[in-house]
Amino acid sequence: MPLLEIKNLHVEIDGKKILNGLDLTVKPGEVHAIMGPNGSGKSTLAYVLAGKADYEVTEGEVLFNGENVLAMDPDERAARGVFLAFQYPIEIPGVATMTFLRTALNAQRKQRGEAELNTPEFMKRVREAAAKLSISQDMLRRAVNVGFSGGEKKRNEILQMALLEPRLAVLDETDSGLDIDALKIVADGVNRLRSPERSSIVITHYQRLLNYIVPDVVHVLSKGHIVKTGGKELALELEKSGYAQFQETPVAAE
Amino acid sequence: MADVTLIKNPAEQQLAAEWASARAKLPGAAPLREAAFERFATTGLPHRRVEEWKYTDLRALMRDAKPLAAPPDAAAKARAKDTGAVLADIDSRRLVFVDGAFAPELSDVAALEPGLEIRAMGEALASGDALVSARLGKVMPTDDAAVALNTAFMGDGVVIHVAAGAAIERPIHLVFAATGDTPGALFTRSLVVVEKGARVMLVESHEGAAGRDYQVNTALELAVADNAHVDHIKITREGEKALHISSLMADVGAHARFNTFLFTTGGAVTRNQLFLRFAGEETLASIRGATLLKGKQHADTTMVVNHASVGGRSREVFKSVLDDQSRGIFQGKIIVEPGAQKTDAKMGSHTLMLSEEAEADNKPELEIYADDVQCGHGATAGDLDEDLLFYLRARGIPQAEAEALLVQAFVGEAIEGIEHAGLREALSEEVAAWLKAR
Repeated sequence: MPLLEIKNLHVEIDGKKILNGLDLTVKPGEVHAIMGPNGSGKSTLAYVLAGKADYEVTEGEVLFNGENVLAMDPDERAARGVFLAFQYPIEIPGVATMTFLRTALNAQRKQRGEAELNTPEFMKRVREAAAKLSISQDMLRRAVNVGFSGGEKKRNEILQMALLEPRLAVLDETDSGLDIDALKIVADGVNRLRSPERSSIVITHYQRLLNYIVPDVVHVLSKGHIVKTGGKELALELEKSGYAQFQETPVAAE
Repeated sequence: MADVTLIKNPAEQQLAAEWASARAKLPGAAPLREAAFERFATTGLPHRRVEEWKYTDLRALMRDAKPLAAPPDAAAKARAKDTGAVLADIDSRRLVFVDGAFAPELSDVAALEPGLEIRAMGEALASGDALVSARLGKVMPTDDAAVALNTAFMGDGVVIHVAAGAAIERPIHLVFAATGDTPGALFTRSLVVVEKGARVMLVESHEGAAGRDYQVNTALELAVADNAHVDHIKITREGEKALHISSLMADVGAHARFNTFLFTTGGAVTRNQLFLRFAGEETLASIRGATLLKGKQHADTTMVVNHASVGGRSREVFKSVLDDQSRGIFQGKIIVEPGAQKTDAKMGSHTLMLSEEAEADNKPELEIYADDVQCGHGATAGDLDEDLLFYLRARGIPQAEAEALLVQAFVGEAIEGIEHAGLREALSEEVAAWLKAR
């Protein structure tokens, strides 16, 4: 059974159509890259998978492990293993990073019927994961993302991913604004989570990230649906030719 | 004899009748009381056309005036034993007032630190205590009608004197408990005089049984001499039917530090009034508060901060969380007198609306008569941020828990300013308990 199955997905925001019959199937263990020009609907896809309220699904379905996730609240989706690494991670003044991490981890465990982690075990996991991502103790002591640089915020997303161990990680332009060192740290974090059960959708504008997170499948998204699918070489091809050809291609008759 | 021509509504008539029957029995200070009642009688209960009471129309909200509460019996005192538990984890000197009367058997007045004097206000008034005679009603005079009523009817309370240079490490906790069976009015009055360079921390907690219909009018006069340092925290968690009016009148000297925090969760109607005057130069003051309301609760914080001398610095931060059909009011006035140059005062009032039906009223005012000052105010009111909520929920945190985290963070910004770690924690736990009961 595929881990994720998106069939003929149509999505609007404020009456404006963004996704136009998108189909996508991700099997366990696969890494899919979704590339495309600005405004093609990449971030919308990410938000719809995570359950953001402003997006209205007018047609189609999304099955995760065979279950209809569109009927679920964002937190239920997260507990089942859907994780969105935000393109613009938000600052949460007054909420300590450690409190946030622990609340999130234990909330998910609770929803899955697992016991809460005790403090020493939790601390150990955070310290280990943070060390691998070069996240300092000082960052962990601050409020969530407050005073973090762009790169630190992205690493913090990957830290959350490492702790929550999702079945499906959706990375929304996680590479944007990262220098090459930070890019490698982030990519290593994603690669560490690769396993035969876990899958990722890597949304990116540029091929660069895919040198470090090597995808099994590459899709091109344009005007709200997938216009081309190929192997990792498709990303290299796009790097040379750009997206212009896809933007000019009329949407296939529906 | 008081001019009673303006007294019209039932509550005012009952107050006049109560005054007539009680005046001869109230302890001491007869001229002060007479003058105060006369002042009250000429204006009556404050109403919406009195600017300072615009949002808390006492004439409308007080449908009746309760008779003076009876002295507590043994049963009432027994019920008061568990009050003030909010500070259970903090080593403090507890002074307990049951239904407005000092209860020495529940209080800790043994082994007073050198320089610390404590006595009951009722006794001090009756015996013509020198400190009370010299200072009461004069620390920070005001024409306010609620203060006048308090002065007329004041029964008991505490008189505290901290000698020059004395540093009282152990917080003093004034526990005001309303426990009696019959509806009653509680008029407590306290006087705290902190001499030069002394230091003390004062915590007031006011609580009462749910379902009990009672009225509290409490007042505290606080004289803070030069170079003294006073921390004051007031926790108001009266029963759901209670009317609570509180007045803090403080006069703060040069180079003194004064921190106050008002934490309000209880009561049907709560009015917290602050009349503060920074008379000496380079006073440092922090005036903060957090109010959490639900149901049809109404809470009003009205503050006048008077910077009367050079180089004073004050920070005013009030946070309100309003759920259901509750109403939260903040009126803050900062006055900078001529000559109070280099005053630096910043006031902020922020409200989080958890319900479409809640109401927030905000009235900041600056009255500046000096030309070289930094003063500002900011007021906001809004819902919980949807993007923040989504971020938390996308990490698996359910809606209610996500809201609680954000509310706690919002209120936490004000609570963080409290220097005493134990109190910070105690109040954070109160916020968590409030959220849990939502």
